[in-house]
Amino acid sequence: MSETTLNPDMAPDDTAPDSAPSHMQHGGHDEPTGLWSWITTVDHKRIGIMYFLTSLVFLGIGGIEALIIRLQLFAPEQALISAETYNQLFTMHGTTMIFLVAMPMAVAFFNYVVPLQIGARDVAFPRLNALSYWIYLFGGIYLNVSWFFGAAPNNSWVGYAPLTNTVYNPGLNADFWVLGLSILGVSSIMGGVNFITTIIQLRAPGMKLMRMPIFTWMTFVTSFLLVTALPVIAVALILLAFDRFFATNFFVAASGGDPVLWQHLFWIFGHPEVYILVLPAFGAISDVIPAFSRKPLFGYPVVVYAGVLIGFIGWGVWSHHMFTSGLGPIADSFFVATTMIIAIPTGVKIFNWMATMWGGRIKFNTAMNFAIGLVALFTVGGLSGIMHSSAPVDLQQHDSYFVVAHFHYVIVGGILLGMFSGLYYWFPKVTGRFMDEKLGSWHFWTTLIGFNVTFFPMHFSGMYGMPRRTWTYSSELNVGLYNQLSTYGGFILAISTVILLWNIWKSARSGAEAGSNPWGAPSLEWSIPSPPHHYNFPALPTVQSREPMWHEAERKAIEAVTLAHPEVEPEMPNPSYWPILLALGVTATWALVMTGIWWVPLIGFAYTAFCTYMWAFEDPFAKKGAEVTHG
Amino acid sequence: MRFSRLAALAGVVLLAACAGEYPQSSIAPATDFAQRIQDLYFQIFLWTMGILAVVWIVLAYILVRFRERPDSPVPEQVHGHLGLEIAWTIVPALIVVAIAVPTIQATFDTQTPHPDAIVVDVIGHQYWWEFHYPEHGGQRTANELRLPVDQPVALRIWSDDVLHSFWVPQLGGKRDANPLRAVPEGDDITYNWIFMTPQETGTFMGQCAEFCGESHAIMGMRVVVESQEDFDQWLADWDTGHAPVTETAQAEIEAEPDAAALAGPQDPAGESAAPAVTGAEAAQQALIEEGRQAFAIGGCAGCHAINGDPSAGGVLGPNLTLLGRRSTIAAGWLENTPENLERWIADPRSFKPGVLMPGVDYPSDPPSFWPATNLSPEQVRAVAAYLFSLR
Repeated sequence: MSETTLNPDMAPDDTAPDSAPSHMQHGGHDEPTGLWSWITTVDHKRIGIMYFLTSLVFLGIGGIEALIIRLQLFAPEQALISAETYNQLFTMHGTTMIFLVAMPMAVAFFNYVVPLQIGARDVAFPRLNALSYWIYLFGGIYLNVSWFFGAAPNNSWVGYAPLTNTVYNPGLNADFWVLGLSILGVSSIMGGVNFITTIIQLRAPGMKLMRMPIFTWMTFVTSFLLVTALPVIAVALILLAFDRFFATNFFVAASGGDPVLWQHLFWIFGHPEVYILVLPAFGAISDVIPAFSRKPLFGYPVVVYAGVLIGFIGWGVWSHHMFTSGLGPIADSFFVATTMIIAIPTGVKIFNWMATMWGGRIKFNTAMNFAIGLVALFTVGGLSGIMHSSAPVDLQQHDSYFVVAHFHYVIVGGILLGMFSGLYYWFPKVTGRFMDEKLGSWHFWTTLIGFNVTFFPMHFSGMYGMPRRTWTYSSELNVGLYNQLSTYGGFILAISTVILLWNIWKSARSGAEAGSNPWGAPSLEWSIPSPPHHYNFPALPTVQSREPMWHEAERKAIEAVTLAHPEVEPEMPNPSYWPILLALGVTATWALVMTGIWWVPLIGFAYTAFCTYMWAFEDPFAKKGAEVTHG
Repeated sequence: MRFSRLAALAGVVLLAACAGEYPQSSIAPATDFAQRIQDLYFQIFLWTMGILAVVWIVLAYILVRFRERPDSPVPEQVHGHLGLEIAWTIVPALIVVAIAVPTIQATFDTQTPHPDAIVVDVIGHQYWWEFHYPEHGGQRTANELRLPVDQPVALRIWSDDVLHSFWVPQLGGKRDANPLRAVPEGDDITYNWIFMTPQETGTFMGQCAEFCGESHAIMGMRVVVESQEDFDQWLADWDTGHAPVTETAQAEIEAEPDAAALAGPQDPAGESAAPAVTGAEAAQQALIEEGRQAFAIGGCAGCHAINGDPSAGGVLGPNLTLLGRRSTIAAGWLENTPENLERWIADPRSFKPGVLMPGVDYPSDPPSFWPATNLSPEQVRAVAAYLFSLR
């Protein structure tokens, strides 16, 4: 397609008061409803919704943990809660926010959006997808059940050896952590496999790799990171589980083991994990910014390559988490260099987003506000990251509140804002309704203010010598004021979250109706009805450019296919209850290791094997028991 | 122009930190090591603030200039610009080089020992610090490190249990205390090191910076940097367990123990009751002696050593020699006063949860390790008086 025909303005004109009713009537009729239909669903859209809602619940739990932490730190030398409780809270806050909120929230968007963006009817392995979700849910529940045993993990989210050894941590706390993370890892690896296959195999005709929306691209890169990074932590966790349950000595220094080995294994996983978290957010705003600037993404190939490069170099920077561990100047210098190099492609992305907006016609709505917020605030986190990429400087900043400020600017300022941007952007596709812009505005501004009031002062508490993971702090440090501010900010963030939840609830029920392409956005997911049919595309459209919905001829050709009412509905895989049953088995097998009796987990294993067998011989396209009717 | 203003602003921020309001500030260097880090940090700080200013200013301009207006035209559909892409790849790359070169120089320089450095061992324990002077006669103090000013030091750091991290921000960056790995015979044990030369006298605050368990937050320390003479005197006093006693002073003590420093807190009425001074001092001396005995009876001596007290030779807990001279107790958490000592001895867990030390009415944790001390309140007061008298 030549550039001259590209016109982002024509899409909204056509946003279909005339084409919408036909499919909106249709939507909802062709899918079974009720709890059972959700439990047995293999539809990527439903699974995406479940992922999102579950991650919201865990966001609430992790947030409440954070609020208790902030209350305890409100003033120096307080003891609102015991040191042990505090240690459990900050461990679970970190573990929850990383593994049960940030990752699955990204996966929620992978699930819902990617198949629609590439013109697929589902992911490559729908039942595996459901299995990923159920394992995530059960793993998250299992981790949190530890609270009821009074034995929530208390070893910090990095679980440094040898504090996790039974000698120093004899209770169930670290057992819950080791086994819980092992369970969750299974889910993530399967998710990665699924999305790599989906993106390679299930693209619509003409959807070349270099025509894929950036969100799909970043999903692709992230999925590779998932299948390569998660096995590393799995190995580390298995070694640790052996140390704990079978008295091996992998991390026991006195027996020749090496606690620093744990750090290497953890961070070889842990740093790619940072990019697993942040790339989806980058991807989301790379779709949002062009849509609301009414311009294609500036330097599309560069943004893609920068993302791929970040994914690759992300593997070579892990020891910048270990500058204080004593690796020596040669290793330190190597990781200084790689870490500084990774700043370059990250910076390039920032510049490309800004260049996309430059010369555009920027529409400020909540989705765009959050995307702009990411550009502005992630930069702060990125730049403080440059400060501690310098090994000698990091010796002062490492494990202080300065670092806590840094990574919250990355994780909240980068990831969470990106996810919120994606939520406001894709919500109309998911529900057929807009999110409320007024509430959205409140949500955005309270988030922005609360976030900065919480985390900016932490730069100072850290610089003035407050280490992280401390239950309380001496009044002599003179950092009470900064901590007070952080606590106030935390409560503003809590309010913003309540506004978000209210907005989701309200808008899902009574938001203004949205047509198939309410934003006039360029990519393929906006060519189908909102909400989409359970089969997404009646027939596969042919894609001819990167912005198919912005080229008039192409859009018309595509919509003729995607908005059509098919004579015969495409055949979709049957619902299955084996994913949830198998997920129970995987969870139970790991959980039963806690008994410390060697044969007990074998019961879970036998059950899992049985479910796997039944799964393998289930025909997903077998003749349906009840005929699905539609009108 | 903007750059220099930023520099001035940064200077203000950094100067504010030097004012002494923040005793654990990481930007108020007192050693060559800390100064080197500070210089590097300042340089990087300016670069990053410059970048931030550029990004925010351009972003603000974009948001104002290109916001949607009723008359906004359809934007020109630009797909990219090779020259720009190359420019904003090369420029950050050059900045990275500008930061990386001094960083790597400093990385090597700060990890190179001074040839004349004295070695001091730093050993982390849950939840206290042990300091050992292998080159000065093997003194082992706890939680208050003493160093001579202007003398290069090599801190040799390890842990006796889990990971800890030695961090006294004004002295420089932190370094982890790792448990020592068993190595095949003939191989060298690997240690972690901090190399530095203290450049100012004073008392500096620090604390453990690697999460080490329940009372990680309460694992502080002090570092006293003093003149070479004071340091040598302290070492000499250490060996005897008390300050040097001249013959006249000795006679005075035997006749009339110098309890001026001790009497106050226990005996608030001491000053006004002038005629009773001698009696009060004698009583104090008796109290100290009772404390010395209670220290053994309560089992304290099983874990704690005190030079000059032959009955106290334990090695599991902090060495308490010259305890009265330390500014804090309980690993930097409590001011060193007889009252605080009493409170600490009676119920250490209320200050430091998970501490190994037993209280008067509860055993150590794990319980099989050491029983409750069962000291009466009077005995606790006596032990506190005894420990406070070690100076």
